[in-house]
Parts: sequence; structure tokens; C-alpha cells
Amino acid sequence: MEIPVMVGAGLVIIGAGIGLGKIGGAAMEAIARQPEATGKIQTAMIIIAALLEGVAFAALFAV
Amino acid sequence: MKTEYRFNFLFTFAPKLSKAIFMQFITRVCLLAIMILANSWLGLAKSEGDKDDQGHGGKVNTEEEVEAYIDHHLDDSHYFNLFSDGETGEHFGIPLPVIIYDFDNGLHFFSSSKFHHGEDLVEIDGQHYKLYHSKIYKTDAEGTITYDEEGFVENEKPLDFSITKNLIGMILASVLLLWMFTSLAKSYKKGQIPTGFGRALEPLVIYVRDDIAKPNIGPKYKKYMSFLLTVFFFIWILNLLGMTPLGFNVTGNIAVTFALALVTFIIVQFSGNKDYWKHIFWMPGVPIPMKIVLMPIEILGMFTKPFALMIRLFANMTAGHVVIMSLLGLIVIMQNWIAGPAFFGFTIMISVIELLVAFLQAYIFTLLSALYIGMAVEEHDDHGDDVPVV
Repeated sequence: MEIPVMVGAGLVIIGAGIGLGKIGGAAMEAIARQPEATGKIQTAMIIIAALLEGVAFAALFAV
Repeated sequence: MKTEYRFNFLFTFAPKLSKAIFMQFITRVCLLAIMILANSWLGLAKSEGDKDDQGHGGKVNTEEEVEAYIDHHLDDSHYFNLFSDGETGEHFGIPLPVIIYDFDNGLHFFSSSKFHHGEDLVEIDGQHYKLYHSKIYKTDAEGTITYDEEGFVENEKPLDFSITKNLIGMILASVLLLWMFTSLAKSYKKGQIPTGFGRALEPLVIYVRDDIAKPNIGPKYKKYMSFLLTVFFFIWILNLLGMTPLGFNVTGNIAVTFALALVTFIIVQFSGNKDYWKHIFWMPGVPIPMKIVLMPIEILGMFTKPFALMIRLFANMTAGHVVIMSLLGLIVIMQNWIAGPAFFGFTIMISVIELLVAFLQAYIFTLLSALYIGMAVEEHDDHGDDVPVV
């Protein structure tokens, strides 16, 4: 029963990776469009990244 | 021109390389060669030593040793170990005071050197105590540890109030904080501009106020500034202490992060206004069946937010320590010419990332605490489009 749990955790982490990539990419685009809003965009990005990270860690702890 | 021409043969194989880059390249190759030679010599000496000591295969043994070493590092400890002699098994460090309370036996106070790193039992008034995997258990006179079916220790545990290594780390961080910020506060009495080390701290304090507290909490931010500043600098200093060779792993201990998250939880619940509780128990603006569905979810949300804070800090710091120590351990496991310098380089790279993570985790903890407080104290006049979604 050990292996399916690990596969699931891997899938969750792949999902989290895709999500983080999307957040980062969108933030980069937004900063490029409006460099003067960099601070606000970064804060929002970090909050969402931190929340997503929580999901990834929950998966890691399930292993 | 002519003198330069003489060296041109060096560049014939790569005409676009400038002389500077070429020299840099040569230096790097030389350095790499020295590192590889030194490493292979050390690796050879190590493996020879292994062969002399014991007959059994070195590889599996070292892997287990590395794993045990990492596990031990992640645990809290009753002994402040500075370094150990691998060959004789001697430890050099400071034994810390042990304070245990046993319901049958009362309160006891003694030095952890009595345990001799778990090898000896301590006998007090006919009761025996054993240090086993960094925890103190009550045992019989032979020191037997019994396990249940799932491999957990069944022995009774006394209440442990010892001054452990983590506690030393926290006291050190508190003393550093006190010293740094009293000097900053004192320098404001002399004039508007802080002097000395306070000049480095003032921008950070203003950063916490202007970028974390003000935008997330709103006009009532002043009341919470002391908490946010304390938690920010406390976590940051503890994270940085984890990067020193002293081997602290305080923020990578779930009990510590639990306590920090608990403080945030309590502050959020006690600063919650009428609107906050209304949004939890009877969400306005939605049909009644939805209100009933939302109530348990919102109550659960009260607890998952600090829970996520706890797990995030703990997991990030533990992961960082494990990655660094595993990379260092791979040098010992592989013992060859290329792995040594390569993993040494990786370790430096990860260490630099960890310096960033040390700051980032302190920032995120403070930011999310501010966000949760902000959600609790926010005033609602009407429900337009600007209702916060988080």
C-alpha cells in the first residue's frame, strides 16, 4: 500500500508545480505590463504561492 | 602588438575567447583539479580507514549512518553537541539541564551528562529513566524499551520540562532581539536618525509596517505591530540560526511552529469583531440553505488557517535542513572524484537559497498573520463588489 500513496503525492506535487508556474508566469506578465504595480503583484503572488505550497506539503505529509 | 601576437596561438582553438576569460577558465580548471585531487585523497583515506576498522561493506553502513545523523539533527536534543569524533565515538559539547516531573516520583533536576548519550540509565529514588531517541522514558532496572504492534514505544514518559537545545536557541534569539531592539529604541531618544546597528534594522521595521501591516490590517494596524514585528524577527533569527554550524533546528520543530501559530490563532479570535463572527456563523447575503452549509466550512476555516501556518513553516525549514544534509551525506556515501566537488557546490547553492527561504518564511508567516487579523477586524458597511474573497 506504500506505492499508491507515493504516486498520489507525486501527482499532487506535479499539480502544485504547474500551479506555481502559472502564478509565476502571470505575475511576470503583469509586472511587465505595469512595472509600477510590482510591489502589489508580488505580495499577491507570494500569498497564493504560500497557499498552494500548503497543499503540496499536505500531500508530502500523507506519505 | 607584436608581443601580444606571440600569445595568439593560445586562442587559435577558440578565437572569440578574450584573454581574461581564458585566464579565468585556466584558473577554474586548476582549482577544480586541486579540489578533485584533495577530495580523492581524502576519500581514499576515509575508505582505507573503514577497511581497517571493520570488515563489512562500507556503503550500506554509511547510508544508514547518514540517515541516522539527519534524523538526529532534526530532533530536539538534551545535549548541545558541537562536534563528535567519528572514530572514538566521543562527543564534544555542553550537557544541558534536565527537568522532569513524574507523577509517582515528583520533580527532578539533573544534568543530561548522566545519560551518557543514552548509554546509561539514571536512577532516582528507585525509578529508572532512559534517554532513547532524544526522549526520556521510564524503564525497569535493565533499561528495556517495549514496543507496541506498530513500532511505537510503550514505555511511560515523565513530563519533560528540560532546557533542551531548541530552548537554548530560542533564548539566544530572544536575547539577540532584546539587545538589537533596545539599542534601536535608545538611539531614537538621542535624535530622529538611529545610530549603529539600528540603521540596518529601521528599514526592516518600516518594511513590516508599510508593506505587511498597513495594507493588510488597515487603519487599526498599530495595535498589532508589536506582535508582527516580534514574530517576524523571531522567526527570521531562528531560521538564520539554523544556517549556522551550531546545528539548531528550532523552526523545523513542529512544537515551536504550533506555539507560534497558536498565538496568531488566539489573537485573531480575540480581535474578531461582530462582522467576523457573523460571517462565520450566519453568512450574510446568501440564501438560508447556503448559510447552513457554509457554517461548518467557516468554522473549519478558523482552524485550518493557523494549521497551514504551522505546517508551512515547519515543512519548509525541515525540508531545507534535510536537503542540505542529504547533499553533504551523498559526498560521504559516494566517495569519488566527481561527486565530492559537485555536491559541495550544490550544497553551497542550496545554502544560498535557504538564506532567501529563511527571510521568505518569516515574511510569509507575518504577512498571513496580518492578513488573518485584517479579516477579523475589517469593518463592513455594505456588501458591494469589494468583498474580500480569501
